[in-house]
Amino acid sequence: MKRVIALLMENQPGALSRVVGLFSQRGYNIETLVVAPTSDPTLSRLTMSTEGDEQVVEQITKQLDKLIDVVMVSDLGSSDFVERELMLIKFKKDSFPEDSFDETNIVSNNEEIVNVQIIGTSSELDQLILDTAYSNPIEIVRSGPLGISSDKNTLSIDN
Amino acid sequence: MDNSYKSGAEALLHSLHLEGVELMFGYPGGAALHIYDAIFNQDHVEHILVRHEQGAVHAADGYARATGKPGVALVTSGPGATNAITGLATAYMDSTPIVVISGQVKSMLIGTDSFQETDMIGVSRPIVKHSFLVQKAEDIPEIVKKAFHIATTGRPGPVVIDVPKDFTDPEFKFEFNYPLEINMRSYKPAQAGDSSRIKEAVDLIEHSKRPVIYSGGGVIQDDASDELIELAKLLDFPITNTLMGLGAFPGSDPQFMGMLGMHGTYQANMAMHNADLIIAVGARFDDRITNDPKKFSLQAKKIHIDVDPASVSKIIHADVPIVGSAKECLSMLIQAIKGRDLKINHEEISAWNKQVSDWRDAHGLNHSLLELGPQNGKILPQQVVQSLYKETEGEAFITSDVGQHQMFAAQYYHFDKPRQWINSGGLGTMGFGLPSAMGVQLAYPDATVACVTGEGSIQMCIQELSTCLQYGLPIKIINLNNAALGMVRQWQDMQYGGRYSSSTYENSLPDFKALAESYGHIGIKVAKFEDLESAMKECISLKDRLVFLDVDVDPNEHVYPMLEAGNSMDYMWLGKDKKTW
Repeated sequence: MKRVIALLMENQPGALSRVVGLFSQRGYNIETLVVAPTSDPTLSRLTMSTEGDEQVVEQITKQLDKLIDVVMVSDLGSSDFVERELMLIKFKKDSFPEDSFDETNIVSNNEEIVNVQIIGTSSELDQLILDTAYSNPIEIVRSGPLGISSDKNTLSIDN
Repeated sequence: MDNSYKSGAEALLHSLHLEGVELMFGYPGGAALHIYDAIFNQDHVEHILVRHEQGAVHAADGYARATGKPGVALVTSGPGATNAITGLATAYMDSTPIVVISGQVKSMLIGTDSFQETDMIGVSRPIVKHSFLVQKAEDIPEIVKKAFHIATTGRPGPVVIDVPKDFTDPEFKFEFNYPLEINMRSYKPAQAGDSSRIKEAVDLIEHSKRPVIYSGGGVIQDDASDELIELAKLLDFPITNTLMGLGAFPGSDPQFMGMLGMHGTYQANMAMHNADLIIAVGARFDDRITNDPKKFSLQAKKIHIDVDPASVSKIIHADVPIVGSAKECLSMLIQAIKGRDLKINHEEISAWNKQVSDWRDAHGLNHSLLELGPQNGKILPQQVVQSLYKETEGEAFITSDVGQHQMFAAQYYHFDKPRQWINSGGLGTMGFGLPSAMGVQLAYPDATVACVTGEGSIQMCIQELSTCLQYGLPIKIINLNNAALGMVRQWQDMQYGGRYSSSTYENSLPDFKALAESYGHIGIKVAKFEDLESAMKECISLKDRLVFLDVDVDPNEHVYPMLEAGNSMDYMWLGKDKKTW
């Protein structure tokens, strides 16, 4: 089952390689990985999705938490959370499936190529890929999901 | 210039001094030469020149294990750094606090494949607790402070500081300030356990009929031996120690069941398998203990005390997880037990203790093998360990390498004190014994330090015999020479139809007596049982000299008991033709 884990880590050289290295070292899979500095530039927030049962995810979060550069870890799936992923798709102009998108989705448009952007849950994006397959998109790029909890809990060092 | 202005190299040395470092082990090379010059110009930290960087790290590790203080090694970049890797992995697996400082090429050369460049941070990443690449000279004091804090607190472990050469340049000086305290928002190891969990633990203790205390290296690391003994005595529960935990509870105490696991005693393994409660302290249920985890001690509830939350419920589900320092949690547990009118069923417990004692009588280890004399004209390796125990009156520090000799030492030398037994349990590093003994001997110059080894392992770091001469280290090397890689051969006997693939030397072994003499030491060869005890006496009595005691032992001897792979802990081989199922 897919699980989304979010963490805050020190924004410094080598920190990301420790997180990524842990996954290969311990035999866990990383399905997706998104990382960017937070509004506090000394911290980066990393969101990853992985496959695993309860026990595996517990081990992953504990092992991540043990890394010295990792400040906080949260298994987002342990309560309600919102997940959003960005996808960009490139179509040839002559096969662009206009009915599947509206004007706001189009991010570039010329004589040959139309690029669209779509934001949704990962499964919504999966579905859209299936729905538009007939029009033979020539490139699809996905960001991997970001996550945020639906309640008042935050992943932040201030609380 | 003002004394408070220092170069990076001087700052490094002075920081080590302020951390209480008295000696370090190392090997110089280009990228570390500014640091070596700074060593020459100070006299707080003594540097021990080893013969191979692996030896430096093992020596620092041995020093740390024997003293509880962090060990320090210094190596140069490239091959110096990669030679340190086995030592780092050894310390990582056994959670010992060491700090390894590696020289690195100049910062502007990093990434250019320059001479003796290796990405030490990358290469060591999976086998260190943490690592630092120095980004500017002024950061060195704070990095050293952090490195020692991380190495020694929580679950201890090795820390690497990789120092590019330009940041140790004697021409660049900066104002030296050593931080008094360090506060890391991302690193706050647990201390006290959760008191409601402690209460749950006491409830389980009260209702148990077949309890076992199972403790590991964490008790020794945390200096919690006194608390462990107090708990065990208070409850009168049988107790076993892991290979890493030997000495935490007195080995010669009748309450002690001996080591458990792969080559644990019959009674310890039977007790674990049949227990209804396991109190695990500073141990991690590794595969050499549990055998098949799915069949491990199915009737027992488990209380698991460990400072590392990731160790709890990793292999075996903990019914009562208690995360915190062994010392702190054991004290809390003792207080909670004393603070309650504890309703232990003494009848059941004494019946259980009787059962353990019956198991011991049935298939326990024979600690009087010396009295049997030669067996088929040969010396048994166990007899050598017993002779060493007798001659040292059980008070020596024993280091070992890896293989049959290690298991015989663990089984037959009764370790009564923590930190007395020093071996590579987790990684199983051949070559660990001699250099780690150097670290122990330097920490305790007057103590008897014996390295129980085999002719295979000793050759993996034998170059350190030269270091021992340079610094006058009177280590006693007890070589159980069976002219074969004994444990490999044992497995080949048991599982590969006696096909000795690459486990013998075809008469290519050196004359160890002559070799020791060539290095300036004393060598003694023992080939007959009749000479064993007198040679051991002579070896131990030569207080000021390194003695290499090379003993021919029976090459056909196996280590028993031995767990049958893929089964529960009560499936044991007790002899070549004797098993429990």
